[in-house]
Amino acid sequence: MTKLSSSLTLLRPDFAIIASWIKPGSKVLDLGCGDGTLLQYLQDTLGVHGYGVEIDDANILACLNNGINVIQSDLESGLSGFESDSFDYVILSQTLQAMRRTEDIIQEMLRVGREGIISFPNFGHWKNRLQVLLGHMPVSQTLPYEWFDTPNIHLCTLNDFEKFCHQRGVHVLERRVMNGTRQITFSSNFFGMLAFYRFTRRK
Amino acid sequence: MHDSDSIGIVTPQRIHFDTPLSLESGAVLDSYEQVYETYGELNAARSNAVLVCHALSGNHHVAGVYADNPKNIGWWNNMIGPDKPIDTRKFFVVGVNNIGGCHGSTGPASINKKMGKHYGADFPVVTTIDWAKTYVRLADKLGIDQFAAVVGGSLGGMSAMQLALDAPERVRHAVVIAAAAKLTAQNIAFNDVARQAIITDPDFHGGDFYSHGTIPRRGLRLARMLGHITYLSNDSMAEKFGRELRTDSLSFNFDVEFQIESYLRYQGDKFADQFDANTYLLMTKALDYFDPARDYDDDLSAAFHCAKANFLVLSFSSDWRFSPERSRSIVKALLDNKLNVSYAEIPSRHGHDSFLMKDEHYHQLVRAYMNKIST
Repeated sequence: MTKLSSSLTLLRPDFAIIASWIKPGSKVLDLGCGDGTLLQYLQDTLGVHGYGVEIDDANILACLNNGINVIQSDLESGLSGFESDSFDYVILSQTLQAMRRTEDIIQEMLRVGREGIISFPNFGHWKNRLQVLLGHMPVSQTLPYEWFDTPNIHLCTLNDFEKFCHQRGVHVLERRVMNGTRQITFSSNFFGMLAFYRFTRRK
Repeated sequence: MHDSDSIGIVTPQRIHFDTPLSLESGAVLDSYEQVYETYGELNAARSNAVLVCHALSGNHHVAGVYADNPKNIGWWNNMIGPDKPIDTRKFFVVGVNNIGGCHGSTGPASINKKMGKHYGADFPVVTTIDWAKTYVRLADKLGIDQFAAVVGGSLGGMSAMQLALDAPERVRHAVVIAAAAKLTAQNIAFNDVARQAIITDPDFHGGDFYSHGTIPRRGLRLARMLGHITYLSNDSMAEKFGRELRTDSLSFNFDVEFQIESYLRYQGDKFADQFDANTYLLMTKALDYFDPARDYDDDLSAAFHCAKANFLVLSFSSDWRFSPERSRSIVKALLDNKLNVSYAEIPSRHGHDSFLMKDEHYHQLVRAYMNKIST
C-alpha cells in the first residue's frame, strides 16, 4: 500500500497536500469525488471514514470498483442529504470553478463539516494574465479547455477567493499554493497555478 | 435455453419447521414449510452466502430452469448465474419463497393440517418482520452465520432492509433496489384498490374460495392490471404501445381496441391463472405495513441505529412507484448512522420494473459492488 501511495503522491501532489491537512481516522466528505481516487488514497493512508459525492454515472461505477462509498447527487442542489456537523472535513477538489452556486456550496460545506478544504486553479497565474493581455482566453495545464467547451464558469484568483472568504465569514486556517510539484511562497497570486485552502466558520 | 451463462437446471428444496413461529400480528404459525433454491457452493468458511428476497409476485425460483419445464426461467436469471453480476461461481445464492406465498412455502392455499382444509381466510397476515425471522431460521438450517449479502428489489429490498435491522449480525451487506422506507398514501391507495378488486369478486367467498371450487379471477386480473400500470412508466408505455389500435379503425364499443388494453388484459389473465388471490392480499399488506421508523417516532435514522451492514442502495430515474426520492431517504438514515453506503440513481425509462431488466449500467454497478464483497 505504501508503494501505491507514494507513486500516487508523485502523480497527484495535490492529494499529498490535502492528506497533510487531514487527521487520521477522521470523517471525510469528498464533493465531486470523480472516480474516488482521492478518497481511496485517504482511506488507505489515513484510515479515514468517508463518502464521495458524484453526479456522473461512469464515475459512480468507478467509485464502486475502487471500493469507496459514493452517493450519486447533484452538488448544485446542496447537501440536504447530510446532517449538520456530521463530518470533520468536507473536500471540494478542483470543482468550485465549475459550480453554478459557488456561495451556497461553501456555506453548505461549513454546515456539514467542521472544516472545508478547497482547491482550485488560480486564474491570476502570470501565464493566464499574459494570454488575456494578448487577447485570448487562457488555456493552460490547470485550465485545459477552450472558451467554448469549458465547464469552468466561476474562475477566480487567490485574491478574489480570499476577499470572498473575508466577506462571507469564512475563516482561512491554512493556504498552500503550488506550481506543479513546487510550492510557491512568493507572489503567490502571480506564480501559483493551483491553490489549496483549509477553512472554517468564523467564530 | 438461449442464455449460455445460465446456472442451468435447478431444483427447489423444502424444509419443514415445526417450532411455532410467533408473528407480528400476535398470531402463531404452529409449523410451516419453506421452499428455497440454492445455486453455487457454500465455501468452507460458510461466508459466501447471498440471500435473494423476492418482490410482490416473485418466489424462490430466482435463476436457472427446471428439468421438467425448461421454459420456467428464474425471475432474476439476468442478474444471477455464472459470471453474472451476482456470480454463482463465487457466491452461494439462496432464493426463498416467503411464507404466505403461493409457490410452495406455507400460505393461504396450503392445507391447514389441524383443520384438514385450505388455510384460506384463516392464514394470518404476515409482515417483513415475520419473514426476517424465517430467513434467520433458514440460515441456521443451512449453517450460515452471516450472509455475505442480502439482495432484493421492491418488496424484496424492504425485506432485505428488515433483516439488516432485525438481525444485524447476520447481514454483512444489503443491496436494496427500487425500494422505500415506507409506502406513501398513494402507494397504499393503489394496493387497496387491488385488494378491493379481489375481495369484492363474488368468487372470492371471503378468502375461502378453494372449498367453493372457484377462483376470483376477475378481481385478481384487475389487481394485476392496476399493479402493472404502476410498474411501468408513462414513457415506456407510450414507447411500447402509444395509441396504437389492434384494428385499422375505431370500433365505437368497449371491446379491446387499443394495444395497451390488449397487453394489460393479457398480463392480467396470465397472472390470474398462476397466482393465489389470498397471497396477493397478504403481499400488498406486507408492503403497506413495512415501516421500520414506526416504533421510533417516525425517525428512520433512529430505526437504523442498530443496523451494522454495508449498504448499496439503487433507484431508477423513471420509477414513480418507489421514486429515487424514497431511496434517498433510506440513504440519509444510513449516512446519519455513519454506515457504509453507496447510492446510485440509474437512468432508466422502464419505471419500477427496471429493477428486473437487463441494463448495462445497472448490472455493472451490482457487479462492481458484489466483486468488492469479500467472502
